[in-house]
Amino acid sequence: MTTPVIEAIDLVKYFPIYGGFIGRKVEYLKAVDSVSLTIHQGETLGLVGESGCGKTTVGYLILNLLKLDRGNILFKGVDVNTLRGHELQKIRKNLQVVFQDPQSSLDPRMLIKKTVGYPLEVNGIAKGAEVVTRVKTILSEVGLDEDHMYRYPHEFSGGQRQRIGIARALITGPEFIVFDEPTSALDVSVQAQILNLITELQRRHGYSYLFISHDLSVIKHASHRIAVMYLGKIVETAPKAALFKHPLHPYTRALLTSVPKPDPGKRHSLEVLSGDVPSPVNVPSGCRFHPRCPEMTEVCRQDEPVTVEVETAHWVACHHPSTNHPERSNR
Amino acid sequence: MDEPLLQMKNLSVRFFTYQGVVRALENVDLTIRRGEIMGLVGETGCGKSVLARSILRLIADPPGKIMGGEVFFKGEDILKVSRKRLREIRGNDISMIFQEPMSSLNPVFTVGNQMLEVVILHQKVNSLQAKDICIQMLQQVKMPDPEQILSKYPHELSGGMRQRVMIAMELSCRPDLLIADEPTTALDVTVQGQVLTILDDLVRRLGVSVLFISHDLGVIAQLCDRVSVMYAGKIVERAPVWDLFAAPKHPYTHGLLQAIPSVDEERDPLMVIAGTVPGLIQPPGGCRFHPRCYRRFEPCDHVVPHFREVEKNHFVACHLYGDE
Amino acid sequence: MWTEFRKEHAWQIKEFFFTLKLLGRNPSAVAGFVIIFIMVWMALFAAFLSPYDPIHISLQERLRSPSSAHLFGTDELGRDILSRIMYGARISLRIGVLVILIAGGCGSIIGAISGYLGQRIDNLIMRVMDVILSFPPLVLAMALAAALGPSLNNAILAVAFVMIPKFARMVRGEALAVKEKQFIAAARASGAKSLWIILHHILPNCFSSVIILATLILGETILIAASLSFIGLGTQPPTPEWGAMVSVGRKFLMDQWWYATFPGLFILMTVIGFNIFGDALRDILDPRIRR
Repeated sequence: MTTPVIEAIDLVKYFPIYGGFIGRKVEYLKAVDSVSLTIHQGETLGLVGESGCGKTTVGYLILNLLKLDRGNILFKGVDVNTLRGHELQKIRKNLQVVFQDPQSSLDPRMLIKKTVGYPLEVNGIAKGAEVVTRVKTILSEVGLDEDHMYRYPHEFSGGQRQRIGIARALITGPEFIVFDEPTSALDVSVQAQILNLITELQRRHGYSYLFISHDLSVIKHASHRIAVMYLGKIVETAPKAALFKHPLHPYTRALLTSVPKPDPGKRHSLEVLSGDVPSPVNVPSGCRFHPRCPEMTEVCRQDEPVTVEVETAHWVACHHPSTNHPERSNR
Repeated sequence: MDEPLLQMKNLSVRFFTYQGVVRALENVDLTIRRGEIMGLVGETGCGKSVLARSILRLIADPPGKIMGGEVFFKGEDILKVSRKRLREIRGNDISMIFQEPMSSLNPVFTVGNQMLEVVILHQKVNSLQAKDICIQMLQQVKMPDPEQILSKYPHELSGGMRQRVMIAMELSCRPDLLIADEPTTALDVTVQGQVLTILDDLVRRLGVSVLFISHDLGVIAQLCDRVSVMYAGKIVERAPVWDLFAAPKHPYTHGLLQAIPSVDEERDPLMVIAGTVPGLIQPPGGCRFHPRCYRRFEPCDHVVPHFREVEKNHFVACHLYGDE
Repeated sequence: MWTEFRKEHAWQIKEFFFTLKLLGRNPSAVAGFVIIFIMVWMALFAAFLSPYDPIHISLQERLRSPSSAHLFGTDELGRDILSRIMYGARISLRIGVLVILIAGGCGSIIGAISGYLGQRIDNLIMRVMDVILSFPPLVLAMALAAALGPSLNNAILAVAFVMIPKFARMVRGEALAVKEKQFIAAARASGAKSLWIILHHILPNCFSSVIILATLILGETILIAASLSFIGLGTQPPTPEWGAMVSVGRKFLMDQWWYATFPGLFILMTVIGFNIFGDALRDILDPRIRR
């Protein structure tokens, strides 16, 4: 068993909320509450969940863009928190990110040449003419022309801007990339192009990815393994096929059933959960999903479930994981 | 009952900007029957929102201008009626809900305030009766504790709840047609499920026709009776929903369906439609899809294909189905 | 060299000409520009345009009313007022431009640092700015100029100091907005340091707002500088500064109205010119109106 590229152990991040006259800390927004995950070399871990579940925060924590309250992040076995200055800088260029919003993910006032090239300069990897050469190479690898270097973001379409974002992330030759909703703002046809590009690049270079999305079908296409998040916790982790064929957690099952399928022959009720996603400020007691869970019992209200490996590499945090659910049929 | 509720003929809309003239809609035909849910699907920039807004003459002039065509609603051409009549139609006979309910709801007034305003404006009732109507509608959209909801402000409600309030508000006057412009796009998938179920249920019961606009083919498949596919300002295909998904005729529709990652099957790599959506200032000549079409042939780049019926109720605008 | 520059800046060049075109269509912009143009022209070519030497004393000619020989009349030492106004334009504009450059430069950097780094530093800097802002600008400028000693350069420094918080406040606001954009997070993730981000990301994105603020402040600057000279703290005689001329001309206002009036008029027109141009520019650069 080789060392995983990324190992996140019990990550915790609470955001304080200030209130009252003097601005004391009134409550905490429990964005990420004891999240653990592992990503191996060359694999894509999909992180899926609805808004407010904390998946973007997890991404930021792993990238060291936010400070951890508790927990450890290991990059190839080395605890990132123990590093300072120069050492941290070296790691930084190995962890890159591609963002969601093609509008604000690129500086509107910066030439593409600079946008894609600066990671080389600020990390002291290359300067001047060599930067230009590398920029040209990476641009063609993501499917753009050399000439595009001399343009500004607004001259490009959403899909092209995503390619530029990907180029910027890849130019330093990182090992691990976080994709935060990279296709959510794109049209279907463009989304397909970008997803293909991402998977192709992984095949060619052996990158490891954390792919964050709320879209289950996109996650299914892009990932090898998938982790499902709800209200700051990971409720289920499994290899792709296992998750979709027999989801163990009631929330995962609800998610899968809610996705409207582009097949009018398979119509079914999309209303599987009642109520709204509760706020991460007032988290329910015990199992956080219990107020909406069709399988809820007394123990769910009282105790938080422990994460257990129910099948090989299939982990779930639930008091009543079910292995055969009547609604879920294998197709 | 055979006469369609809404009949759009030859509608053309252009936007006059500094960059040039944007031909947003070009000779668009659309028919909506009573009691049906018509889906309008297309990607960004295809003109579906422009189409929706044109029905109620909500296009800002300048820079937009309705260049020609007619929109018959129950026999009247909406494009030509007086402003007074238009005001009567809006909200009463034709209602509209939008994607982001935060912008449709005024943040400084309570929900109750706004709902009451709409009801009193369109129906001749006093405020007590109006309140009853509001509570009733909120119950119809399955809001827990409707009385309480009336006293809340929009920001106190979640996205799903706000959208349900909008639905309640817009359906309170029992319109004949509801235009829904991407109403669930900004919602989480489980919330979307709730809202769609409520919407579907309600419009069937009230007999309201719906023009449902979305870029999400899954939602369209689950909700609609008939579907129109738009590309670059034109409608390229229209068919009953089962026919469209089972046997799409236009290459664009086919490409769209292939490009969606599926929860059920493995698709690797995803089939891609080459190229990007064209700008509408200088749209491609002939069939607007031809530069990206893998089945294009001789006439496609200079002859505009007619929108014709190739099978029962299944219309396409494509030379592949032309008169050979 | 040039072709590389053109390639890299092709879009900026295009935008620049587009802005010029829009300005050309806007009446306020044109009017303001004409006024500014006249003032700048006068300032640049005062040496060629002025009919007389501005400091040449000719006591026989003292306090003559406007005539064909002296279009704006003469002052108490017989100096031609028109010539003095022309040379005065040089001084006023020089003050304006230098103040804007100093205040804009310092203020922008201070504001960007404050906005981007946030928390304690932001608090500290903004409180200092608040203190400066709490003084009426003229009073503060007076105090500084008096402390530094009456001279043109000291006046410039004093006024610049007073204007710094305005730029700082505005740039801080923009920095706060830009900070939240995803490309900043991407830059941090790529290993860029805060200073680099401030210089290469934050400041360029605030640029157009700074330009607009500068044009609007220019008018105020000239006014304050004139006021300083009015009370004797700015330029010293015999330098022909508009404010100083108004100050001395006060004594003669009753009978020799032209003395204070013409310089005053020029102050007025310059300030108005910059203001309406600045307003038009702000409207035109607003991205929503642009399309």
